[in-house]
Amino acid sequence: MILLKNGMVYLSEKRKFDKADVLIDKKIIKKIAPEIEEKSAEMIDCTGKHIFPGFVDLHCHLRDPGYSYKEDITTGARSSAKGGFTSICCMPNTKPAIDNFSTLNYIMRKARDVHGTKIFVIGAMSKGLEGKEIANIASLVKGGVVALSDDGNCIQNAKLQLNVMRYASIYGIPLISHSEDYSLSGDGQVNYGYMSTKLGLPGIPTLAEEIMVSRDIMLADVTGTHVHIAHASTKRTVELIRQAKKDGIKVTGEVTPHHLVLNEEACDGFDTNTKMKPPLRSEEDRKALLEGLLDGTIDAIATDHAPHSDYEKELQFMNAPFGVIGFESAFPVLYTTFVKNDKIKLEELIERMTSKPADIIHKAVGVLKEGAAADLNIFDLGSSFTFDESEILSKSKNSPFLGMKMWGKIHYTICDGKFTWKI
Amino acid sequence: MKHTLNLTGRNLFDLDVYSVEEIETIFETAKVMKEINSREYKKIPTLRGKTVATLFFEDSTRTRISFELAAKRLSADVVSFTTAGSAIKKGESIQDTVYTLNAMGIDLYVVRHGCPGVPQLVHKYSEKPVLNAGDGRHSHPTQALLDMFSIWEKKGSLKGLNIAIIGDILHSRVVRSNLIGMKKMGADVVVCGPRTLMPPKIEEVYGIRCEYDLKTAIKDVDVVMGLRMQLERQNEGLFPGLGEYTSRYGLSNKMLEFAKDDVLVMHPGPMNRGVEILPEVADSEHSIIIEQVTNGVAVRMALLFLILGRKSGREVA
Repeated sequence: MILLKNGMVYLSEKRKFDKADVLIDKKIIKKIAPEIEEKSAEMIDCTGKHIFPGFVDLHCHLRDPGYSYKEDITTGARSSAKGGFTSICCMPNTKPAIDNFSTLNYIMRKARDVHGTKIFVIGAMSKGLEGKEIANIASLVKGGVVALSDDGNCIQNAKLQLNVMRYASIYGIPLISHSEDYSLSGDGQVNYGYMSTKLGLPGIPTLAEEIMVSRDIMLADVTGTHVHIAHASTKRTVELIRQAKKDGIKVTGEVTPHHLVLNEEACDGFDTNTKMKPPLRSEEDRKALLEGLLDGTIDAIATDHAPHSDYEKELQFMNAPFGVIGFESAFPVLYTTFVKNDKIKLEELIERMTSKPADIIHKAVGVLKEGAAADLNIFDLGSSFTFDESEILSKSKNSPFLGMKMWGKIHYTICDGKFTWKI
Repeated sequence: MKHTLNLTGRNLFDLDVYSVEEIETIFETAKVMKEINSREYKKIPTLRGKTVATLFFEDSTRTRISFELAAKRLSADVVSFTTAGSAIKKGESIQDTVYTLNAMGIDLYVVRHGCPGVPQLVHKYSEKPVLNAGDGRHSHPTQALLDMFSIWEKKGSLKGLNIAIIGDILHSRVVRSNLIGMKKMGADVVVCGPRTLMPPKIEEVYGIRCEYDLKTAIKDVDVVMGLRMQLERQNEGLFPGLGEYTSRYGLSNKMLEFAKDDVLVMHPGPMNRGVEILPEVADSEHSIIIEQVTNGVAVRMALLFLILGRKSGREVA
């Protein structure tokens, strides 16, 4: 048994903080109460610290199988635990892609052996993520995938997308849309606008995203399939989702910490750690994303943790791969930027990183209450640190936040009653 | 020779971090270099014992020759690295290439690459000064300096001049550096071309004017610069064809009538005669296109001299 004494505990059902003790028995939260005495338990003094439900990430890339020089399931899980995550969903753009039962099985087995973060798998929509044929969706669902996506790629053919959504509609799992029209994004590197002009780099217009978001919302309306918009990056995407929700269409959305915190100006200087898809957008877009998060248009925060090795990122900007890591900076960077500046309430931030994403994949995780799985983390919000490369547990260090002073230091992560991270 | 500022050891990625005084120092120095180039023995010993490496990851005969001549006339040793005959094709990274050259004792790098930001990348791996000889469509500061020097020489100053740059603005690194430099030197600049070849928010980024009609753009200008129209662009669906392009944006005598009587006609080369500029204009008395090339060597000599040639800024006054 583990007894967490005297922490500020986020109670998921009440959606607020209370000073309490938390008793964990095996995998379960046995009791939450003001004063718990339990002699046989391992006691952790949480005075002055916050206890949150374990974070849930809808969107990450574990690179395993196929690209384990960037990350593998073990290192990805460790990195996520250090970020306070206890449940993560990995995208299918591995090699081979997760478009078949045996690759899925490999990941599920390896994930079980990690004995750490709960790893949920997202299956491919099209075979090989090639956007040509429907993947073996029924087998993937039977194998336990929680969602379908061709993330990293986007099915360009509207007919195929329609058929995928029709085919998948009977399984009740969301389709996660990486919305990108290739004819518009082309060889774009940064946001089409001020920065693409200043840096002389080909731009990716916001339209490239918005046209596909519109299409997928319409297809969701027609098929009744739940569409979840991955990494929303533009003002109009927020408006489209807002309107679709008003119209009663089954659509949800996520936003990444980097799109909430940074804008395109971060790309000035050609730091390849500011290169990702969708690109960092204008300040106007960034503000609209924050607004969308606050009014509930955007449901969840997702990291889009996308590791790339040093030698891949240490290239000329145009040749470097898209993507940044995100697990270990997600909470501190959002807490520092928004909660400390009174832009987002702490309760709200926690909800967007726990129960909201869990709802989207219909999993009873990310909840801190008696009887629930003992998935939680303990942060000291009063201490700060510099986000330094040497401290990162992910195999890759490609973060746009390196060197940033952040508040909110993680002390422990507990998943299913076991410590997955200790300071 | 009169100097007021110390440029020793500086990089030249783009003109944004160079002050008006520094740019004027470069012009003054280039004037002296131009005189040296007109002598029978076109060589001075200033950079004896220094080694300049030209790293050209993209084809460019003209700019490379201009830089190499500039270095040689100052008595520096020059080594050239071009991708065709180098290890980069075999997968060697820029990092390894620069480390290797560093180990051989290079004093200054001149870098041309198809991707924006590569000169900065080269500098990351070497402490030595780096001169940007063109990075993708991002910038080409030595071209801008020679363009501005050419105007400065004829007009005495850029302050208050009206300058029009016509053509494929989107893909032009020459334009970007010129806009930064010309604005800094006090000129009023207008860019003009088809809307599909105009980068977004260009007015906002550079504080300039943008027109889509040539006649409007060229009205009462002191200088008009044509840009090379890359013939491949018409296959990218950006404009319908060269015929229509020339009729709308080609520099002809008829169009020049809208400019000032003493208008200077410029072009960074190489020209597509009969496309963006008609021979009647390219070869007219207004044209300083050939002199731009001459000035290119002088300006590059000035830069090498100022960056490599002096030990300390204090000794100049």
